Amino acid sequence: MEYLLLIISAILVNNFVLSRFLGICPFLGVSKKISTALGMSGAVIFVIAIASAVTWCLQKYLLEPFGLEKFLQTLSFILVIAALVQLIDLVMKRFAPPLHAALGIFLPLITTNCAVLGVAVLNMKEGYGFIKSVLFGTSAAVGFAFALLIFTGLREKIERADPPRCFRGVAISLVTAGLLSLAFMGFSGLVK
Amino acid sequence: MDPIILQSTLWIGGIGLFSAVALAVADKYLSIPEDPRVGSVLALLPGINCGGCGYAGCADYARGIVLHGAEGNLCAPGGAACAHAIASFLGVAPVEVEKRTALVLCCGDDTETIRRSAYNGINECAAAQATAGGDKGCTYGCLGYGTCARICPVSAITVANGLARVDKSLCIACGKCIPACPRKIIKFVPAAATVHVLCCSKDKGPAVKKVCGTGCIACRMCTKVADGAINMDGFLAVVDYSKPLTSEKPIEVCPTHCIRKA
Repeated sequence: MEYLLLIISAILVNNFVLSRFLGICPFLGVSKKISTALGMSGAVIFVIAIASAVTWCLQKYLLEPFGLEKFLQTLSFILVIAALVQLIDLVMKRFAPPLHAALGIFLPLITTNCAVLGVAVLNMKEGYGFIKSVLFGTSAAVGFAFALLIFTGLREKIERADPPRCFRGVAISLVTAGLLSLAFMGFSGLVK
Repeated sequence: MDPIILQSTLWIGGIGLFSAVALAVADKYLSIPEDPRVGSVLALLPGINCGGCGYAGCADYARGIVLHGAEGNLCAPGGAACAHAIASFLGVAPVEVEKRTALVLCCGDDTETIRRSAYNGINECAAAQATAGGDKGCTYGCLGYGTCARICPVSAITVANGLARVDKSLCIACGKCIPACPRKIIKFVPAAATVHVLCCSKDKGPAVKKVCGTGCIACRMCTKVADGAINMDGFLAVVDYSKPLTSEKPIEVCPTHCIRKA
């Protein structure tokens, strides 16, 4: 039950994009076509799941024993996540070429995705254990994918509509993102 | 020096060094050597990734040429120069490329044609076409909602007065607009050709006259002065681009002015 609540909370109530406002850059950047949005979502889920496991180990076995978690957390997390993404890229290219062909171009983009760092830092702030960290990370990423796909669907429709000239392009996209965020506020209260 | 600064620097430096070594080792053992010719061929391609060759981009096409034996003349933006460069690099005989351009085979803009209904749905030709066969009186002509203009990677197509036009000097012949048109009236023509029949209507003359002031009415005047380069396909005059047609006589004789220079 506790885990179920965690999952629902991460996907719907505290959605990373729409209520914590993390990962806005890919949310606006790769939301023009469903196919690219799907690739990005897959890559984000994959990377966040691995990154939350690795950063948890880093925190527990390296930073905390030496009393460094207070001031070196952010910096070392960024460093390790960036290296990790590059490593995943290499491993994927070698052992899973089809997967690399589908997700490859999004991996370098994710290096600088604040949602990944956000998950890692939140895991530590909330004091989650290993399994909970990975679970929270994965569900947060699924929430990100969910929001991204909804938004992409809306944008594809808007692309074909005929809004007033001053609203065309980014302006109407931002308004849409705002309304979508408001809609997700409706989930608050579902989980405390 | 403050021990905290020293400690932080050492730790971050250490983590960075460890990651760097791990990546270097991984790169050494995991990297897949790529055929060096792929990079050389890629350097010869224009690098605009238009996808006109049928591959996912220039890098994919370079791989196709080197590894899978694709033809070296598929790059429309690069044209003959690019095909020759690739052929000489690979040491094969160059394949001739004819420079082509896309052309909208319709000249009935809103001043010449009628709209039989007021369409105000989605701003997309396919949607307009799906709504009772389109709002244009002529069931063959350009709908003018600009699907082709939006898909064009180099903005060579503009829609003015309900009619799409291709700017020949900008067109890179990538062919994206051709399947995008729901009425299939955009076609490739040789860029050197200057005389075109800008009409696709296969209807009989009176039916064409009713909806368009500048459609082909199948009077056959042009076929008599074109030395066999314009033939009739039912009730529509069609230019045969394999035959030379430099004379501008057909333009002068066409009573509805649908034969034009483009």
